[in-house]
Amino acid sequence: MANYLLRRLAQIVPTLFFVSVLIFGLQQLLPGDPAIALAGEERDPEAIRYLREKFHLDEPLPVRYWYWVSGVLTGDLGNSMRIQKPVTELILQKLPVTIQLASMAMVIALVIGITAGVISAVKKDTWWDYGANIFALWGLSTPNFWLGILLIMLFAVQLGWLPASGYVSPFEDLKANLSAMIMPAFVLGNAIAAVLMRHTRSAMLQVLSSDYVRTARAKGLDERVVVLKHALRNALIPVITLGALEFGTLLSGAVLTEQVFTIPGFGKLIVDAVFNRDYLVVQGVVLFTATVYITLNLLADLAYFMVNPRMRH
Amino acid sequence: MAAVVFQELEARQGGKTWNRLLRRGGAMFGLAVVLFFVLLALLAPWLAPYDPVATSWSAVRAAPSTAHLFGADELGRDVLSRIIWGARASILAGVVSVSISLALGVPIGMAAGYLGRWIDALVSRITDAMLACPFLILAIALAAFLGPSLTNAMIAIGISATPVFIRLTRAQVLAAKSEDYVEAARALGNPHLRIALRHIFPNIVAPLIVQATLAIAAAVIAEASLSFLGLGQQPPAPSWGSMLNTARNYVDQAPWMAIWPGVSIFLLVLSFNLLGDGLRDALDPRHK
Repeated sequence: MANYLLRRLAQIVPTLFFVSVLIFGLQQLLPGDPAIALAGEERDPEAIRYLREKFHLDEPLPVRYWYWVSGVLTGDLGNSMRIQKPVTELILQKLPVTIQLASMAMVIALVIGITAGVISAVKKDTWWDYGANIFALWGLSTPNFWLGILLIMLFAVQLGWLPASGYVSPFEDLKANLSAMIMPAFVLGNAIAAVLMRHTRSAMLQVLSSDYVRTARAKGLDERVVVLKHALRNALIPVITLGALEFGTLLSGAVLTEQVFTIPGFGKLIVDAVFNRDYLVVQGVVLFTATVYITLNLLADLAYFMVNPRMRH
Repeated sequence: MAAVVFQELEARQGGKTWNRLLRRGGAMFGLAVVLFFVLLALLAPWLAPYDPVATSWSAVRAAPSTAHLFGADELGRDVLSRIIWGARASILAGVVSVSISLALGVPIGMAAGYLGRWIDALVSRITDAMLACPFLILAIALAAFLGPSLTNAMIAIGISATPVFIRLTRAQVLAAKSEDYVEAARALGNPHLRIALRHIFPNIVAPLIVQATLAIAAAVIAEASLSFLGLGQQPPAPSWGSMLNTARNYVDQAPWMAIWPGVSIFLLVLSFNLLGDGLRDALDPRHK
């Protein structure tokens, strides 16, 4: 276990190095003088001077990278030009909102995706199976911002059941918070449910044709016990670990969903930063996302390693 | 003689693949819808009933009628005409960005897989780093730094999707490299470039075609997403994504503004997904 962990950690170091180079390289895409571009539309001479000094823009590229990465390693992602606050602080401020949205979306995705996948596998080549596959195709092909608009039209405008947009902290009013978050969470979970349904279906089909399931059936066990206790438990191992890898889809989706429902989260932070030409925030958010993604990847691998005895030998 | 036999075999193989594809209803539906949208995009100047950017104050948010089949938007522009012209942006973005990914990803993946050693290690680490950034977030960041425009959105999407093609090509080359025909080509003294291009490449094309078709679907959604955020096609030029962005402010007064662009994106993406799934099954009959 310790060896495996060390090997995986050793693989992460070069990846993180290249991620940092890639994100540092984004600055080089800016046309013209980076200090002027980074200073935003106002081009405040004070800000330009500050940026020149802060980013050592007169120094060679590798030196500039070194200064930047040393700051990053101590948690300093720079300051937002627009809001005049440290980028790290902004990210940490917005993160809880997105974590709540992402968690609710994941729960919805797991419930819908796994249920549909199990039904589809157990009732293979029936209308249930075709229906579940159509659902998966629908989920994979629907732009979530469109689904968001459609749900707003139905549940907020026509029926008046849910608020069209906005955010209330759960500590202020839990009911208002949940009614504001349920639509965005469903929108975000929809595409992941489709992916999880496909994973569950193929894992279940594989497990259902295995010897131990045949033995369980031969013993005369109830079909429900065979499917839910014997088959699903094993089929879920790859599904859960693959589900962790859907984190990227979740964050990409959150950018659009938060925009549609005006939720002040992590996704909205990057979009607002793009429009304010607040490049340091954009860089910070991408770096943070990549780091979290790599960490989750590692955790998914470790979880798979721990729950799968064959991997340990 | 041998060359003639191989050509005939290849033609027969291609025919079989095509026959298998023809038998898949979903793939055929996908192909038909894709062709429909391609024709719509090509014939836009002749098919669109109105100028897509012409405003009309008398038709502001006009409901669907015989004059405006899909209704009109907040500036009185005909929604149907904008949908037809918008097909250009979506299809162009899908095809151009995936071409960029292929043009970058295939040679890099081939070099990594064929040459191995430090080149492979370097390419693999860079690919890992790019894959660590979620696709759309990387595309947004690239589009933000390059500046908002359809061209830059296509470049951003193309670059963001490249690592998938590098990985796929590398894996395919690694598998093909140990095949007997590559050993034979090497034993005959063929130079590396010739082996890679004439012997390995034709044998890894099939999975690349499947991936490219599915990647076009993802690129169409990505372009719509970037345009929705204001980072793709710039107004007043029509794009399905930017139409949806405007439409969300009028959901209670003009729902048709939101319905048609969304239906168009959904249909086009669904069709590319169906076509990609069908091609995968037709090219690899073991995959069901």
